[in-house]
Amino acid sequence: MATTNQLGIDVEKYKYGFFEPENYIYKARKGLNAEVVAMISQMKGEPDWMRAFRLHAYEAFLAKPMPTWGADLSTINFDDIYYYIKPTEKPAESWEELPEEIKRTYDRLGIPEAERKFLAGVGAQYESEVVYHNLKEEWERLGVIFLDTDSALREHPDLVREYFGTVVPPEDNKFAALNSAVWSGGSFVYVPAGVKVDIPLQAYFRINARNVGQFERTLIICEPGSYVHYVEGCTAPVYTTDSLHSAVVEIIVKEGARCRYTTIQNWSTNVYNLVTKRAVAYRDATMEWIDGNLGSKITMKYPSVYMLEPGARAEILSVAFAGAGQHPDPGGKVIHAAPHTQSVIVSKSISKDGGRAGYRGLVKIYPGAKGSRSAVRCDALILDERSRSDTYPTMEIDEEDVSITHEATVSKVSDEQLFYLMSRGIKEDEAMNMIVRGFVEPIVKELPLEYAVELNRLIALEMEGSVG
Amino acid sequence: MADLEIKDLTVQVEDRVILKGANLAINKGEIHALMGPNGSGKSTLANVLMGNPFYQVVRGEVLYKGEDLLAMPPDERARKGLFIAFQYPVSIPGVTMASFLRTAVSARRGYDKELMPVGEFQRLLRQKMEELRIEPSIVTRYVNEGFSGGEKKRAEILQMALLEPEIAIMDETDSGLDIDSVKIVSDGVMRMYEAAQGGMGILVITHYSRILHFIKPSFVHVMFDGRFVVSGGPELAEELEQAGYEGIKAQFEVIAAEVAHEGAVRRAGKVFWVVH
Repeated sequence: MATTNQLGIDVEKYKYGFFEPENYIYKARKGLNAEVVAMISQMKGEPDWMRAFRLHAYEAFLAKPMPTWGADLSTINFDDIYYYIKPTEKPAESWEELPEEIKRTYDRLGIPEAERKFLAGVGAQYESEVVYHNLKEEWERLGVIFLDTDSALREHPDLVREYFGTVVPPEDNKFAALNSAVWSGGSFVYVPAGVKVDIPLQAYFRINARNVGQFERTLIICEPGSYVHYVEGCTAPVYTTDSLHSAVVEIIVKEGARCRYTTIQNWSTNVYNLVTKRAVAYRDATMEWIDGNLGSKITMKYPSVYMLEPGARAEILSVAFAGAGQHPDPGGKVIHAAPHTQSVIVSKSISKDGGRAGYRGLVKIYPGAKGSRSAVRCDALILDERSRSDTYPTMEIDEEDVSITHEATVSKVSDEQLFYLMSRGIKEDEAMNMIVRGFVEPIVKELPLEYAVELNRLIALEMEGSVG
Repeated sequence: MADLEIKDLTVQVEDRVILKGANLAINKGEIHALMGPNGSGKSTLANVLMGNPFYQVVRGEVLYKGEDLLAMPPDERARKGLFIAFQYPVSIPGVTMASFLRTAVSARRGYDKELMPVGEFQRLLRQKMEELRIEPSIVTRYVNEGFSGGEKKRAEILQMALLEPEIAIMDETDSGLDIDSVKIVSDGVMRMYEAAQGGMGILVITHYSRILHFIKPSFVHVMFDGRFVVSGGPELAEELEQAGYEGIKAQFEVIAAEVAHEGAVRRAGKVFWVVH
């Protein structure tokens, strides 16, 4: 494998799978009950309404059934998970203040360097609480707020209270309820009217303890005419016990605003990744989800956009990679609830070594959403005979005057393509890599440079040993 | 021993035998032309030499610089200097020409852990594209995707120029090209040939003698029904241009009938026929 990639960026520093010794000030016990939920709220010194919200959500969690569709979730043991770990007493103000161990972990992930180059602000989640946060001064002047959600709750309680749980209520599904009860960390982003944040906001985080459920909660509010691109990347070290990641992301995109949310995930292969991501888009607003799913044992994640007013637009691009024992079940949902709304869904999945990847999606058009358009495209690439791909597109169209297209392809890496590349001196494994990279290129080219590089690198890692 | 030596090569696809004992020797510094009607096995020969897994070699051998070519995977053949300009190049969606070409050139030049330095590669690429009059914008497009017939053929010759082969096979590079393009491509090939100073041998596979006015072969071979039926000098190409393949075919049928009857090696006119 090359040590530098085609762009000349050193990829050796992107080494995953290492871990640091656990050294926590406080560690909650395993399992969950109302007492633990109340304690989390108390430890954080939260206002009463949030404690009530959490306890209410816990009730909903108990009442909600497990999903009976999608991937097999029967092996999750809710009693064998830590729901809250507090790594340091208060968020650090600067890089230097971080504990040595955490710094080392982030050094290996290349955070400070990345920041120097590209990042405008970093919210890095280590365990359950954001410990490092930095926002460029000019944005503060513009009134942009980029904080971990716990800090936002303390510093901007009214703003948080106005929007929290309005897009994804606790009753939405069992895992949204769980998150609502025990959430910790995540990002809070507020972009005032007319402000365009031209450099992506990035949060880089990873799970680093056994059986730690990560329940981060992200809330993004784009006031009219604003623009923001939020990027999250996750990598997890390899552990043998099962982990649960269940996040909730809520986004409000107001009139004429545009929000892009990019995720590149590489959970270790024992992680259950069950995430509820939803945005509401108002008049002429645009919401874009870009979602790269690598790693994890099971991923169920269907970023959604509710287009509530005329002219709203949605775009959902996703990549999933399933290796041995993995079952990503990604997809997307677009809800056309107003006339002249537009949506595009592009899904690319790759499966190998008996992995199972697919697409599950919903296009819903309400009566009266005249002149709306939706285009769905799902491409699956299957690398060997043992692997499979499933596509479950659902269309609920209750309006005549609309244009809907759906295209699905399933392909195998063709011998002709491999032969062509090899006839130019390229080795078989590299040829296979090139074909796979080409397959996901339509998504990768939408990513910020660093993340494009990283996704290609992660795919190369996943592909190792796939040519026997 | 010749640099490329094909002996009694017999090849089938599924149950159909396509090459029926082909023999040919090519040296670096030589230009050979291989002609013959559609379906005579010309492209099969080219693909088998490059290692296309679609074809099964059932008998015979191919020695490349004294080594067993058929035992090597295609990438090894290419790195050792064998090249084919395909008749129907496949497209690789999402992979840019620039990335593909740099990876290929790096492999051919023996870079193992990393790629050839960007600056050096781009200078090389720019020079070759100018020589072949290829639009620079081609490098940002995906490999062969949406290329016109002519663009595909030129892109193949661009690869040939970049990879600097020792033995190059051009499989009907002229088909689908207008006469101006044939000239540009041929001039480019001749420049490579001359620059190599005897270091490059070429096998030009073609239906028509048109391209042979620009790439002048010293040896012309005609293939018919999976066998080389006649070999000669450049005048053979002229003859074919006048008489077409019908003349050859008529002679071939006479001889084939006699051979079937007598089971012997026969020769009549320019056609010969060897029974194995």
